[in-house]
Amino acid sequence: MSNNGRPGPKTPVTLKILRYKPGSIDPPRYDTFQVDADPLMTVLDALEEIRATEDPTLAYRHSCHHASCGTCAMKVNGKDVLSCVTKVLDQKSDVIVVEPLGTMPLVADLVVDMGDFARRYEPAGLSFVRESEYLTEAQTPEGVERYTRFESCIECGICLSACPVANTNASFIGPAGLAAWYRSLQKGDGERADILAAVDSDCGVWGCHGAMECTEACPSQVQPGDLIMYLRREVVKSKLPWAH
Amino acid sequence: MTPIPIQQATRRRKALRAWFDPRGRGLGFIAFALQRITGLGLVLYLLLHMAVLTTLLQGESAWDQFVAFAKSPIMLLFDLLLIAGILIHGLNGLRVSIVGLGFGVKQHKTFFWIMMLLSALLFVYAGWLLFAH
Ligand code: HEM
Ligand code: FES
Repeated sequence: MSNNGRPGPKTPVTLKILRYKPGSIDPPRYDTFQVDADPLMTVLDALEEIRATEDPTLAYRHSCHHASCGTCAMKVNGKDVLSCVTKVLDQKSDVIVVEPLGTMPLVADLVVDMGDFARRYEPAGLSFVRESEYLTEAQTPEGVERYTRFESCIECGICLSACPVANTNASFIGPAGLAAWYRSLQKGDGERADILAAVDSDCGVWGCHGAMECTEACPSQVQPGDLIMYLRREVVKSKLPWAH
Repeated sequence: MTPIPIQQATRRRKALRAWFDPRGRGLGFIAFALQRITGLGLVLYLLLHMAVLTTLLQGESAWDQFVAFAKSPIMLLFDLLLIAGILIHGLNGLRVSIVGLGFGVKQHKTFFWIMMLLSALLFVYAGWLLFAH
């Protein structure tokens, strides 16, 4: 059942997928699979088809299929993207290389350990959350005080993967984490001095080398690289002699 | 299944690939890689330069001989490489510092091209000085 049953012309495309299973496919290798893609087929659709019809052991993560859950991030032809909104034919290549995200440790096939992302991101707190402006009059279920919603960051890990220095600096807070700290500063969550102290180190704002690949790759317009630069300005400003 | 450390996972994840693998990357990455390569090149030059300066210990004639060699056209080409490295590293470094203070963040790519244009102009001028005099 190709392309979710959509009719119409198909183009044959080869997917070269990185495979890794600790103990069995170890060291990692590339397996190739053939799919018939229509213009709407996404890379995630292709993986689903391969898993359903060719190799049930193919491991990848996904949930929403519409760029909001952030679980399906991977490298497609070297670019960090959400596979659920990345079209196969848009790649304009006969062979598409599909690999797991970088930086985070590899668990299996296209699955990386998001714990690494969480470890760097969580100390900033859930700053990308705000009170929902939708249906404010709606009743909340028992135990839920008010509805909240996520702001832009979908915690997909793409920024961390795209960052050329996060790979070699395991204690670097990373783009999403630093952006979250900046958001805390903007919203006035917590003491300003504490926030600036938390990011004023080689693992914080000074770990960034300004390549801006995180901003480039972010699928959710968080623009973490820009926010790191603004956060850095706040750190520097706080140190100027006339700041006190 | 326990996750394995990055370095063991795939060769692709190793540092050199992480720093210099251009696949899927943009201009900001190229600027970063250039800064790193030219920075390391300048360090290498500095070490070489200091090693060469020890010729002075061997007296005046040894030094004069070296200076004559350094003025040969092939060595002047190396000087050109050094000048290119200094210009790219210095001017891009200035850009990185300014953007790093939160200024011109949205325009960082244009800013990069301006610095590279400036590098090119100064490079041509330096080349002219080097070879025409
Ligand atoms: C002309 C004046 C110079 C300026 C304005 C300058 C500026 C900079 C800046 C801003 C960085 C940090 C870039 C980043 O965050 O990624 C940097 C890195 C570096 N610089 Fe310079 N620099 C200059 C001269 C030199 C010289 C003369 C050397 C060598 C002797 C040198 C060696 C390095 C090295 C090795 C790095 C590290 C590169 C990296 O981490 O990627 N720089 N420079
Ligand atoms: S599956 Fe949810 S973001 Fe792609």
